Amino acid sequence: MDMREIYCNTLMEEAKTNDKIMVVEADLMRATGTAAFKDAYPKRFVNVGIAEANLIGVSAGLSNMGKIPFAATFACFASRRAFDQFFLSANYAKLNVKLVGTDPGVTAAFNGGTHMPFEDLALMQTIPNLTICEPCDAVSLKKTMKNLINHYGSTYMRLQRKGSQSIYSSDEEFEIGKGKVLKDGNDVTIVALGYVLVPEALKAAKMLEKEGISAAVIDPICVKPLDKELILHYASKTKHIVSAENHQVGGGLGSAISNLLALERPTKMRMVGIQDEFGQVGTLDFLKEYYKLTADEIYKQAKAVLNKE
Amino acid sequence: MITKTELQKLNKEANDIRIKTLETIAHLGVGHVGGSLSVVEILTLLYFKEMNIDPKNPKMIGRDLLVLSKGHSGPALYSTLALRGFFPLDWLKTLNKGGTNLPSHCDRTKTPGIDMTTGSLGQGLSAACGMALACRIDNLDNYTFAIIGDGETDEGQNWEAAMFASQYKLNKLIAFTDYNKLQLDGTAESVMDLGDIEGKWRTFGWNVYRCDGHDIASIESKIELAKLSNNKPNMIILDTVKGKGAAFAENKLTNHNMVVSPETATEAIDELKKEL
Repeated sequence: MDMREIYCNTLMEEAKTNDKIMVVEADLMRATGTAAFKDAYPKRFVNVGIAEANLIGVSAGLSNMGKIPFAATFACFASRRAFDQFFLSANYAKLNVKLVGTDPGVTAAFNGGTHMPFEDLALMQTIPNLTICEPCDAVSLKKTMKNLINHYGSTYMRLQRKGSQSIYSSDEEFEIGKGKVLKDGNDVTIVALGYVLVPEALKAAKMLEKEGISAAVIDPICVKPLDKELILHYASKTKHIVSAENHQVGGGLGSAISNLLALERPTKMRMVGIQDEFGQVGTLDFLKEYYKLTADEIYKQAKAVLNKE
Repeated sequence: MITKTELQKLNKEANDIRIKTLETIAHLGVGHVGGSLSVVEILTLLYFKEMNIDPKNPKMIGRDLLVLSKGHSGPALYSTLALRGFFPLDWLKTLNKGGTNLPSHCDRTKTPGIDMTTGSLGQGLSAACGMALACRIDNLDNYTFAIIGDGETDEGQNWEAAMFASQYKLNKLIAFTDYNKLQLDGTAESVMDLGDIEGKWRTFGWNVYRCDGHDIASIESKIELAKLSNNKPNMIILDTVKGKGAAFAENKLTNHNMVVSPETATEAIDELKKEL
């Protein structure tokens, strides 16, 4: 089952007992995979056409009357195109718009550089009090969505549309702003975000183990609020941090962590992610290699931060 | 229909709102005089006759709603709300001062009676669409009103919202264009000509009406017509004068945001008081 099916199924399941939930699309229903919601709840499904500013504006209006709109579009449009609308009509107005950006980072693949958001997390992080998350698997997606529904306030969630993977067991519980330790370790901590990088981080940790380097792996799930307590604990414990994200390191997860460490507990750190470049077209594998979003790169940076190159 | 007595009363309210608006801006010394004074009559009609609202319960479910998309006209709306009893008249003296509940642009989280936050032009009509749609889903029979500026109409998002309102047959959405023909840099015609503004909205699927925006009885008659709509959103073009009622500002190209000295304001207010 694709991640987008989990997305739609979760909305349908929650909509059974919560009549406030609505789906708002901008002519990408077939991409986001919400057609089943439209069939099940036609009155609670809205399609604004190819009009992202209005997507956010209408969602803000719905929210103003108590609805909980899940508004989705490609992450590049959700952030770059409708930023002022999301900033003002949703966030500054203290409304409750659940914005979803699909195809984050290199997963835009064949849609290419025009559709490849390496900056959405950076833009979103400038909005005060916004909750920003990127669940990496089916279980964390479903449970995080439930948490977002129960949390009043606008949110931004990156959503992998295609494929699915299993990182967490089905009984795992989640909390907004709380990260997860996927693997404990003593020498270095890899903080990896999202569908693409979390599995790479786990692979890299295994590669490091083989060389006697004990690497912890943390999935923060939320970039904002960042689980400061957990990251500071592991900064103290392992003394070395490597961040990994499907986004440019400037303004993304790497920046958020380095801001925290610089102020609270200066720690040696390396960042895996896009290094100030635009996107381009290609297969996901090609793009992962090109932008070094791989276990090999995480392994390399972990060794570098440990001075064991 | 408005009776003669009612009309007299509403005209007096409009005059009071205009005076309070000038006092409010003059107290601060600077403000959006032009666009505040051009919307006084529509605000008077909405808040003193048309809208089902309760100043003691500003968030009443099922109330009529207003999105003042041209949020910089806040001072006129604040004067209206204060005179209608939503908050004490004293608050007007705090306009734009640190910690105020009356910021230059409308903020739903700060001011009792403000239904939507606005300020970045072009965003209000979309929000009004969402609000009208939500009310219909909840089977409420209330109206959602929106006021946009003529200069604001340059913003493309209005036209996204225009198509949406038509597609979703938002017949209980009644929008007004404050057509005062001036924007910040000059006449609307010279900056970005709106051309056949009625035709534009009609082509986007709206019922379109037009009247003198300072003639309360005339606006009311158009709202009555708009309320007959069963499948189209409604746009009422209000022909207005930017800075209406204050000689120092009326139709002046510089009146969008201007300095107002106490003497200038007093002079204008004395003139308005003669009309009472």
